Amino acid sequence: MALDFDSAALYNEKLGPEHHSWREHLRKFLAVEVEPFMDDWDESGKIPDEMWKKAADFGLLQLGYPEEFGGISEGIDQHYLNILSEELGRIGSAGGIASTLLVHGIGLPPVVNFSPQAIKEQVVPAVLAGEKRISLGITEPSGGSDVANLTTTARREGDFYIVNGSKTFISGGMGADWISTAVRTGGEGGGGISMLLIPTHLEGVSRTPLDKKQGWWCSDTATIYFDDVKVPVDHLIGEEGHGFLVILNNFNNERLAMIVNMEACARCCLAEAVSWAEQRMTFGKPLSKHQVIRHKITQMKQRINATQAYTQHVTQAVIEGRSNFGDLALLKVQASETMEFCAREASQILGGACYLRGNKVERIYREVRVNAIGGGSEEIMRDLAAGQYGL
Amino acid sequence: MKILVAVKRVVDYNVKVRPKSDGTDVDIANVKMSINPFCEIAVEEAVRLKEKGVATEIIAISMGPKQAQEQVRTALALGADRGILVESDEDLQPLAIAKMLKAIVEKESPDLVILGKQAIDGDNNQTGQMLGALTSMPQGTFASEVNVADGRVSVTREIDGGLQTVNLSLPAIVTTDLRLNEPRYASLPNIMKAKRKPMDTFTPEDLGVDATPRVKTLSVEPPAERKAGIKVADVAELVDKLKNEAKVI
Ligand SMILES: Cc1cc2nc3c(=O)[nH]c(=O)nc-3n(C[C@H](O)[C@H](O)[C@H](O)COP(=O)(O)OP(=O)(O)OC[C@H]3O[C@@H](n4cnc5c(N)ncnc54)[C@H](O)[C@@H]3O)c2cc1C
Repeated sequence: MALDFDSAALYNEKLGPEHHSWREHLRKFLAVEVEPFMDDWDESGKIPDEMWKKAADFGLLQLGYPEEFGGISEGIDQHYLNILSEELGRIGSAGGIASTLLVHGIGLPPVVNFSPQAIKEQVVPAVLAGEKRISLGITEPSGGSDVANLTTTARREGDFYIVNGSKTFISGGMGADWISTAVRTGGEGGGGISMLLIPTHLEGVSRTPLDKKQGWWCSDTATIYFDDVKVPVDHLIGEEGHGFLVILNNFNNERLAMIVNMEACARCCLAEAVSWAEQRMTFGKPLSKHQVIRHKITQMKQRINATQAYTQHVTQAVIEGRSNFGDLALLKVQASETMEFCAREASQILGGACYLRGNKVERIYREVRVNAIGGGSEEIMRDLAAGQYGL
Repeated sequence: MKILVAVKRVVDYNVKVRPKSDGTDVDIANVKMSINPFCEIAVEEAVRLKEKGVATEIIAISMGPKQAQEQVRTALALGADRGILVESDEDLQPLAIAKMLKAIVEKESPDLVILGKQAIDGDNNQTGQMLGALTSMPQGTFASEVNVADGRVSVTREIDGGLQTVNLSLPAIVTTDLRLNEPRYASLPNIMKAKRKPMDTFTPEDLGVDATPRVKTLSVEPPAERKAGIKVADVAELVDKLKNEAKVI
């Protein structure tokens, strides 16, 4: 037994040869096309445009989407998606790449699942081919947790909705051609919310970058303003007033992707810390032979084990269509706390070396908070779980 | 033209292996296994020959435990047309593997057999040569360039003094060196297509080969720990130490 990234994973009996094969090729793609450039992308604050084409050629953008729109879904199960999130964590990406190159993962499903056929045909193939981009706009300057009380309005006028308001913290928002946007079409509360696909080229849409972030530097984050924007009614996603359901449905996929990625990042920290501790000599012996450090390492592994076993459980429930949203929400908390703990302990073990940019632990450390807040914060997840458990 | 490519399942090159505590073998419990990098180069070369229109069919073969089908699938995703798995839980050694390959060569009559020059686990560097001896096929080992034309294959070999080119009549055996090519990654559509490609499974007995190991491993030890270095004051001291302490000059 060793504690490199792969050896530190619990055995997963659900993975077959096809999953291993996917991991093998994906790992190679990432090693050639992504890993060597990650630091440059972070420092320059963007991922080059040609990456979308490369990702589409490899099949990354299409993973799990219906074949009729150019996706690849035949024979694909949740494990393929998990392996993608896991491999991104392995190379030390705690969401920066996913929230840019793969941000259609949260923006596109509402369209795929609920838009009229003509809109699907216009949007989905172009996004999956890497020619167009789509983001998800829920959070507003007035708040992100309390989705039911969002204030951006869409007023029906003939064949159009007139949209007014703003969205902030929108990942991929600067580069997006469309935003799947949560708007208020009706009265107060969750029942008055609808989802609307807003093309960013329309008159009245303006955006500014939020480019001084703690982490996710390669990802373009935007504040987007809507000023009397005229959106055709066929851009409504799902039925009027059903927006809240569309959002909830979407959140669970996003959360599972984040969970798997956070566990992998925790494991990446563990592997980096162990590799360093075995080489670094202090007081006449390797760090890994000092009891305090040994305990740090095993505490990391302990939490990682628990997160993995819990993730395997929830993944199976998702595959079998019997997931409990409370369990899923608490798993997100489990994963962000584990990643936070491991990023901290690995940083301590690396010492000063970890304070220099350009290593995985340093990046993961500065991406802890966004994972504990975005996609549903720890507090909101606990609250959601309490509700699900009938408290 | 038909090509047979051999691929071996080995401990992934990223893994830092260590001996088992009783020193009987390398501990491979729960470590990541992959296709041997030299075998990956062999698959890539076969695929390139097919893309050039030289080869018409590529068969990928692996011998080992049931899980070695993962490595066959990997080769299928990269472009091999069908796979063969010879399943055995024995510690398969080069001679047994060469004999089984010979049996498959007799069945399939490939024009070219491409193998890695060695596998990164045992570092034996024997299988290709043994297959050559058993089948009397000509061999071009340590290939850094392979060209097929007019029923012959010319193989540029990396040897100590530089490069040597041999010209072999087909059918022939080629073993790959590191610089022959840069293997590609397979795209997701090709990975999915590979699932539907046929794979035959045999046992060593089916091929009439006794795969019992002939060589016994006595013990496995980690390499000696590197001692801390020292700083020398000047070149004279360095030369003195190399001469009198290290005794290398
Ligand atoms: C880099 C980045 C990218 C993002 N990308 C996107 C995106 O693409 N699309 C999108 O829509 N959003 C995105 N978000 C927004 C994210 O989803 C929100 O930040 C998150 O939902 C929290 O909302 P908030 O920041 O407005 O905090 P608030 O809702 O104001 O909450 C502030 C704090 O109070 C806590 N809190 C709130 N309510 C309660 C309560 N009832 N009880 C106890 N505690 C409570 C929260 O947990 C939080 O800690 C992104 C955020 C970041 C940082």
